[in-house]
Amino acid sequence: MATTSQAGAVTDVPQAPGAAAADEPLIQLLDEHGELHADEKFSAYVEDVDAEQLRGIYRDMALTRRFDVEATALQRQGQLALWVPCRGQEAAQIGSGRATRPGDYIFPTYREHGVAWTRQVDFAEMLRIFRGVSNGGWDPRENNFHMYTMVLAAQVPHATGYAMGINHDQADWDAERRAAEGDAVVAYFGDGASSEGDVHESMVFAASFDAPIVFFCQNNQWAISVPFEVQSKVPLATRAAGYGFEGLRVDGNDVLACLAATRYALEHARRGDGPVFIEAVTYRMSAHTTADDPTKYRASAEEQEWEPKDPVARLETYLRASGAGDDAFFEQVAADADEMAAGVRAKAFTFPDPVLEDSFNNVYAEAHPLIREESEWFRQYDAGFADNHTGGAR
Amino acid sequence: MTTMTIAKAINAGLRRSLESDEKSLLIGEDIGRLGGVYRITDGLMADFGTRRVIDSPLAESGIIGTCIGMALRGYRPVAEIQFDGFVFPGFNQITTQLAKMRARSEGRLTVPVVVRIPYGGGIGSIEHHSESPEALFAHTAGLRIITPSNAQDAYWMIQQAIECDDPVIVFEPKRRYWLKGEVDTERPALDPFKAQVVREGHHATIVAYGPLVPVALAAADAAEEDGYSVEVVDLRSISPIDFDTVIASVEKTGRLIVTHEAPTFGGIGGEIASRVSERAFLSLEAPVLRVGGFHMPYPVAKVEEDYLPGIDKLLEALDRLFTY
Repeated sequence: MATTSQAGAVTDVPQAPGAAAADEPLIQLLDEHGELHADEKFSAYVEDVDAEQLRGIYRDMALTRRFDVEATALQRQGQLALWVPCRGQEAAQIGSGRATRPGDYIFPTYREHGVAWTRQVDFAEMLRIFRGVSNGGWDPRENNFHMYTMVLAAQVPHATGYAMGINHDQADWDAERRAAEGDAVVAYFGDGASSEGDVHESMVFAASFDAPIVFFCQNNQWAISVPFEVQSKVPLATRAAGYGFEGLRVDGNDVLACLAATRYALEHARRGDGPVFIEAVTYRMSAHTTADDPTKYRASAEEQEWEPKDPVARLETYLRASGAGDDAFFEQVAADADEMAAGVRAKAFTFPDPVLEDSFNNVYAEAHPLIREESEWFRQYDAGFADNHTGGAR
Repeated sequence: MTTMTIAKAINAGLRRSLESDEKSLLIGEDIGRLGGVYRITDGLMADFGTRRVIDSPLAESGIIGTCIGMALRGYRPVAEIQFDGFVFPGFNQITTQLAKMRARSEGRLTVPVVVRIPYGGGIGSIEHHSESPEALFAHTAGLRIITPSNAQDAYWMIQQAIECDDPVIVFEPKRRYWLKGEVDTERPALDPFKAQVVREGHHATIVAYGPLVPVALAAADAAEEDGYSVEVVDLRSISPIDFDTVIASVEKTGRLIVTHEAPTFGGIGGEIASRVSERAFLSLEAPVLRVGGFHMPYPVAKVEEDYLPGIDKLLEALDRLFTY
């Protein structure tokens, strides 16, 4: 696919109702054959990406995929209650995640395992939620990477409010200082959640208050069993114009395009010029969750159609062709990935069992008589079982 | 001591929080230029600017959701929901997000958001402007819910809500906004989560809160003319409930009425009656009675006097207690 200058910057393109989303141009730097294309606007945002960085990007993507395979296996073996695969979305996640700075704050959905990895969240920590030992998993303050949110789109207004808070903090800074030192926010959501009112309200607030936020939508074509066409008759990125800010439509399987577009958008937002909406067009190559059965609602022909666009394979092709990656490199990454996966598996089995006492303690920050009363009752009740068995109360 | 209305007391309390805590800010529909439809925030935007007093887009989920985000960034936002019946677009954010953020983060994150909601009837208004949805929120762990009934409490409780590290919903009795009272701006405030005995008595107890406290006091005065000594407890906090104060009163009087404007079915009165039966069963001379709204959508203004608990309904309930 050839690219033209600023292809995919669709904000200004009027859309007829019902326009086929698939026909819209995409921002693309690395096509599905692994060939690089120049883009007048966006190539500049990845100029610094040398062979070393590319290998790092590939490694992140390959590790994310290997992790996803391991977590899926753990679920199949009964070790996780559920898993939410991200296979096929590695480019969107690693590209956008790598565009952020440590001071930025990220609000994910529940599928952003690759983004989490770019924020130095340990893969094993991501399993805690799905092993039933935690509802949060990791400490969001450590890496400015928020907890997963299960209520669709509920995190998007949080992200917007957080960005409004940044504006308050940095109200007296000029654009130059904000660009250099300022923080920004990335809010992730999917094509399904884009229909939620919280996304709409967030975009209204963000526009009105020039909030430094990037709305990053991974359009993976399916909201469980419902195809994208039910969520929108127009490319989602075009909706940004309705809110008064820029929308970008990006090849979500092209890690360089995702990196470039997110860097551009973050720079824009950070400087104080308001939000940007990125629609990363990708494909959920696996099921919605391990409880799902895609054969019930989509044709295998469609899955096969997307197979050649695989984001990981695409980058590998480029790395080999450009000489940036040889057999030894790919073998090493595969070995590292296997070692990581074994480590994750081992660690998952060492998670300490939670105790209900912690649940009592975490409801309120300040003392609460009902919590005290009920936790004391439970403590005594539980103690009554101490002589019978070691498993605690029944 | 200064005399002020409840509305003015909340305004003064908000002003004091804005002055003392630079992280506090107000956000809501029409709260800036207009000063809110009830003028509770009158003059605050002019004095504190548009960064501290924010006229929001008209979207309640957005208001609560962005407040959560601002709290995560270190702010102490105070959201105004314009009317009780309009909180429901924000119900998801309050119950699934605000209430649970601390628990699901295993205590790592606090979200000190205050949600102010004018509530209750008696103002002759149209649909969705007279509701009492407090029980819907009280059922959700993670929230604190308080409701002042007088100017002194109004002045202090809003400040205490802002200082609290937990999310607090402040239900403001809108038909009492113009009720005047003495406010001591120096006196250390009472614990906002404690009930207060506002009238001593020894034959029966009426537990009331928010707009019905003056009604309960009037009923107690009327009962006194018939020779009955009725104690009135202002609950003040709906979550948590200060059961110790309620139980102590019931142990003294042996009879209890709980009254609220919200429908009795599934309401706070049922919770209190249940607790009293658990903890003070042998002190009771009669069953606990509830005097509240009926199981219907809040009715049209012309019949709201029949719907609302009033002095006569409380006296009728007292009769039932004394003749049991």
